Amino acid sequence: MAYVAVKGGTEAIEESIKRLTFERIHAQELLEIKTIMATMRGMVDQVMSESSLYSEFLAALAIKQSEGNMEEAVFLLRAHRSTLPRLYYTRVVETDTMAVERRISASFKDIPGGQILGATYDYTHRLLDFDLIDESKAEMKDWLDQFIGEEVAAAKESNLSLLPKVVDYLRKEQLLSEVPDDQTEPIDVTKQSIQFPTTRAERLQVLTRGQTGAVTSLGYAAIRGYGAIHPTVGELRVGKLPLTIGNLSDDLENDYYIGDIKVTEVESFVPISIPKENNTEEIEFEIGYGICYGQNETKAIAMSILDQSLELGSGVHPTQDEEFVLLHIDSVESSGFISHLKLPHYVTFQSKLDSIRKIKKESEK
Amino acid sequence: MQLKTHFALFDEGSKKEIRRAILKAVAIPGYQVPFASREMPIARGWGTGGLQLTLSIIGKQDVLKVIDQGADESVNAVNIQKLVNKTTGVATTIETGEATIIQSRHRIPEVPLTEKQIMVLQVPIPEPLRWVEPSEYKTKKLHAENDYSGAWLMLFEQIMKYGKTATNADHPVLVHDRYVMAPSPIPRFDNTKMHQSEALILLGAGREKKVYAVPPYTNVTSLAFDDHPFEVESFDGKHCHLCQATNVFMDELVNQDTGETYYQCNDTSYCLAELNEHEHVLEVAVEHAR
Repeated sequence: MAYVAVKGGTEAIEESIKRLTFERIHAQELLEIKTIMATMRGMVDQVMSESSLYSEFLAALAIKQSEGNMEEAVFLLRAHRSTLPRLYYTRVVETDTMAVERRISASFKDIPGGQILGATYDYTHRLLDFDLIDESKAEMKDWLDQFIGEEVAAAKESNLSLLPKVVDYLRKEQLLSEVPDDQTEPIDVTKQSIQFPTTRAERLQVLTRGQTGAVTSLGYAAIRGYGAIHPTVGELRVGKLPLTIGNLSDDLENDYYIGDIKVTEVESFVPISIPKENNTEEIEFEIGYGICYGQNETKAIAMSILDQSLELGSGVHPTQDEEFVLLHIDSVESSGFISHLKLPHYVTFQSKLDSIRKIKKESEK
Repeated sequence: MQLKTHFALFDEGSKKEIRRAILKAVAIPGYQVPFASREMPIARGWGTGGLQLTLSIIGKQDVLKVIDQGADESVNAVNIQKLVNKTTGVATTIETGEATIIQSRHRIPEVPLTEKQIMVLQVPIPEPLRWVEPSEYKTKKLHAENDYSGAWLMLFEQIMKYGKTATNADHPVLVHDRYVMAPSPIPRFDNTKMHQSEALILLGAGREKKVYAVPPYTNVTSLAFDDHPFEVESFDGKHCHLCQATNVFMDELVNQDTGETYYQCNDTSYCLAELNEHEHVLEVAVEHAR
């Protein structure tokens, strides 16, 4: 029997992948993983946050492999995450144990413990710094030596690891309603798909994994008009949280410390009206909560807005609709489905053609 | 740091979870079982649902065939097949009869399937009511209450507007007289192949995190009215320009020089088999891959 050869796909894919490698290395420059870790903090943080995987090294590797393409880097890291078994859940962390690097409040000028600007782009003039073109290692070292000398002297005077929370102050003033402690074991959204209506724990997990741009846009929409929200940032903190896992005896004293993670945490205050008995209303504050890996303040603030929108929203605006928000902000899911349009659709298109032709014939009758 | 990839990529715990969802899906034909869809090394929307099913059921003795739009050599089919082969080492084939697991996007092969085979379909939108009701919470209720008026109304409106039903691929089907199911965007032509299929049909939607199934020998009927019966795509009077086959789903092609339209089997492996049978010697270039 003669055999008919098939060819095409396999070869085409191999050539395409070669071409991709060529694009990455053709200029004959290589980026070291450690250089990415050391200098691309914003990108590393964002990739870790959207991937739900805290590893600066793996995030840097993903950035290198994806030529700095964010959605691709997140995709790589998420796929890698799927191959890892989940062995432990860490103990719940109280964020007042955070080693604070930056802490601001837009609600109170004089917060206990003080405002700490830390590292931020907020007050830099966004002028291109042409000096960076010729930055030298020697200059870098001199600058560092001097800065570290000053820092050591300053650090002796303050303790930044147990700062009080701004919300506690509001609570004491009875401006925040008492919320009962909810000790329900949260559902892990990576182990069980979300069902609607969701729990707040699920919403917060999806929001924190959300694509930075998408979370920001929807948060923006909510405060611009599509959701009547006017939040004030009660407290924004950036710092490191120590993580521990329990041992078998469930004895807290003997937990294992497994390292720390840098996070951005935001508590937004949103005024809401509470109806009273005699047809009057009272105003109270409600908290919107945002937290994400690394330093990514815009995302954490936007998350806090969306958290409050989804928790209390009337459902009038899309930003208050949990299905609308939660099902569309994921980087891997949204970019994957949009990009699937690049796949052939010959069969469905042929089917559509058939349908259109039949309808045309029908109407000509 | 360097980790060795586990057999079929997933850890055993994940595979077990997916297999549990599959068992539930088989037990309730046409019902969409939510599952903790994992992120895969291929993009969401490119067949991650099907791939997760394949990886969770595949064993070393299996023979895998992957099709995309009827072709084994379509780039996405090659890519998925490569990934499964790389992580499991199982044999792959393009011959439908040889395969024990067939993962496919948008087609059911022309060769009838057997009891020894499992058909895995990739599904982009598993919810047959999604076009009439965007909310997942509400569609879940509608399924529970056996309320499919939305789907019927959609067909009815098409008849009012166009004089006939105007569905394309993914024409909704009723499974085992209970659940209305999206058959994945297979052409209407393939809907009939699901009815009383000898092979188990598994449908996986990775992005939408749903698994559903049509067990062997199950009734599957395409929704239609008595006075407007279900119609498949017609290729009347057309034949494949390569193997001369009729009564198969065909791609419509255009001759660039003459501008003439001609037809070719969409199922490339079927076409090849036909050609081999008749000992034509030909090089079939798969246009999809270009």
